[in-house]
Amino acid sequence: MTPTTSTEPKVPAQRGGRAGAAGERERVSAFWSLSRAMLLGMKRDRTATFFILLFPLVFLVFFGTVTQGSGSPHAKVAQVGAVKLFDSMQGDARNGLNEVLTITRTDDEAATLEKVRKGDFDAMIEQGPDGKVELRYSAADTVRAGALQGILNSVVQSANQAATGQPPAYVLDSQQVEDKSLKPIQFLTPGLLGWAVATGAVFGAALTLVNWRKTKVLRRLRLAPISAGTVVSSRVVVSLLTALLQSAVFLVVATSFFGLKLTGDWWLVIPLVICATLAFMSIGLLAGSVAKTEEAANGISQVIVLPMSFLSGSFFPLDDAPGWLKAISEVMPLHYLVKSAQSVLTRGGGVMDALPTMGGLLLFAAVLTAVAWKLFKWEDD
Amino acid sequence: MTAAISADGIRQRYGDVQAVDGVSFTVEAGEFYGILGPNGAGKTTTMEILEGVRKPDEGRVELLGMNPWPRNPKLLPRIGVQFQASAFFRKLTARETIRTFASFYGVGPKRADAMLERVGLGDKAESLTEKMSGGQAQRLSIACALAHDPELVFLDEPTTGLDPQSRRNLWDLLRDINAEGRTVVLTTHYLDEAEVLCDRVSIMDHGKILHTGAPAALIRELDDTVRISIASGQLPLDRARELLTAAGADIANLEDDTVSLSVSTRLPAPVLSVLAEQNALRGLEVRGATLEDVFLQLTGREFRA
Ligand SMILES: Nc1ncnc2c1ncn2[C@@H]1O[C@H](COP(=O)(O)OP(=O)(O)O)[C@@H](O)[C@H]1O
Ligand SMILES: [Mg+2]
Repeated sequence: MTPTTSTEPKVPAQRGGRAGAAGERERVSAFWSLSRAMLLGMKRDRTATFFILLFPLVFLVFFGTVTQGSGSPHAKVAQVGAVKLFDSMQGDARNGLNEVLTITRTDDEAATLEKVRKGDFDAMIEQGPDGKVELRYSAADTVRAGALQGILNSVVQSANQAATGQPPAYVLDSQQVEDKSLKPIQFLTPGLLGWAVATGAVFGAALTLVNWRKTKVLRRLRLAPISAGTVVSSRVVVSLLTALLQSAVFLVVATSFFGLKLTGDWWLVIPLVICATLAFMSIGLLAGSVAKTEEAANGISQVIVLPMSFLSGSFFPLDDAPGWLKAISEVMPLHYLVKSAQSVLTRGGGVMDALPTMGGLLLFAAVLTAVAWKLFKWEDD
Repeated sequence: MTAAISADGIRQRYGDVQAVDGVSFTVEAGEFYGILGPNGAGKTTTMEILEGVRKPDEGRVELLGMNPWPRNPKLLPRIGVQFQASAFFRKLTARETIRTFASFYGVGPKRADAMLERVGLGDKAESLTEKMSGGQAQRLSIACALAHDPELVFLDEPTTGLDPQSRRNLWDLLRDINAEGRTVVLTTHYLDEAEVLCDRVSIMDHGKILHTGAPAALIRELDDTVRISIASGQLPLDRARELLTAAGADIANLEDDTVSLSVSTRLPAPVLSVLAEQNALRGLEVRGATLEDVFLQLTGREFRA
């Protein structure tokens, strides 16, 4: 047949129920096949795998190894004058403390402070007349500073508890002091985990959106009889699976190799990470909606994620930061994830430490997604 | 019976460029309809408006009796759109790619695989799409457009960038698709492609449709213009014009592209006798008009893809 000269009319073929009964059986859910397509693509993309899984792990291993030395027993602390809290400690409790700290007594506050500045001491501790215990430390070694703070906090808490006259369980507590504070891994893990989850979710959503728009995959999806909900939810499922995998790997590596001790309700980190992933994805969606190129999406994501990580205490504690910095950090979802994750993973926090954060993260996600929805474009023009 | 497509007065402007400038046409069910035009003519923009991925500034479109804009889920399963070859999910094989797209239409893996075989990619099923050649990717793209058995298929320059063999293979496939009863709309900047494939073709330039008809009829309308050419260098262009005018030849076009000197005319006899008198017959070729001549006549300039 030669269509150019053909004069016989072409009769449209009768096509019945498209896929038929057999097709009905074969019918696969668009949702799952779309999710599967994304997961397969990600699994085969070495660069993506590296940045999502290995790169944060490299950080964990690096910090974990470095701080294993510096966070080891015998931080040198100068005690100025009497500190009732320490002086009254006896027996096992005192031994436990001595394993952790070498306490040197001094009298001259100014001279001691100077020594802390020079690094001869890691910190100076004194007690005011009102019973307030003050810890002054150098910011040079933030990891050790964090560890010290943890130790002191625990000691103060234990002492407070003892003061209430409740059954003390003092020996047990002092054991906990050691575990909690000795290993910087206890606060590194939640921080770095938060950073890893944020990176994965923000970049994942932003780059996928821009790449799909640029290569016209987005147009294909738009022309297919599937709902926007299907597309969005399968992308969400992919990001959630990624984040949960990151969390699992992190916790396994940190507990197996760096002595992370999980506290009671550590599983609460799972719903926390899920809510946080939604919040971070909404940031990524926003970035992907305004960016025209992958480079731009990458840049915008980087500019958001990196400062957010520093300001949220992912890499080092922020307790010492100026007030305005803390104020900035308080609008960042990562700040709350890190705080709550620290609480439930390593500080014995419970449901009530996680719930408000989860609510806040979901609200954040809802607001940003609504904004992204407004700015969303199917096509470049 | 409603037409497969009816477009009425569509216009689209990008900044200063009037990309589509009042285009109207209808396509009957089962027809193989072509839009032929050089780059920048407005073919892609027209297709996007038909497909419903772009809202025209003005005008009305109906596909299968329905408005494609805004997104119309009832219409979507009935149309198939071929995309630029890179519009695949990353790092998937050909088989995974077509199965994924097919699943959006509720089409199972068996049918998807069969379509892969049909476009001759059976042995490439396990190749990543990134590793496929231009022709293979293009065939995969067409297979993805056809997997759900659409009634109406849009193909935007499907053979651009392919080698001659791949082009011919693809032509066979497109003819078959149409012979099965599907309505096909194709854009191309290849004259031969339009001539070989299309039942009806619209010639488009600067956003306007200049003329529409069956390729053979369009050519016939040129009143049997004949194109006569000889090898260059036997007769200077000016001299040729002088002699031909003197001989009373009716010249539609005369040009020398340094390879050959060509004359388009409705009366070949005087031209041929002038050339014979001048003993300038080396490389003589006489052929009937083509779509190229139609374009030339419509626009006053050469067709440049
Ligand atoms: N997204 C766009 N933004 C601005 N100008 C465009 C855009 N798309 C196409 N054009 C312009 O519109 C005209 C028609 O383009 P197009 O429809 O792609 O033609 P064709 O497909 O025939 O080559 C061209 O001049 C092109 O530069
Ligand atoms: Mg085009």
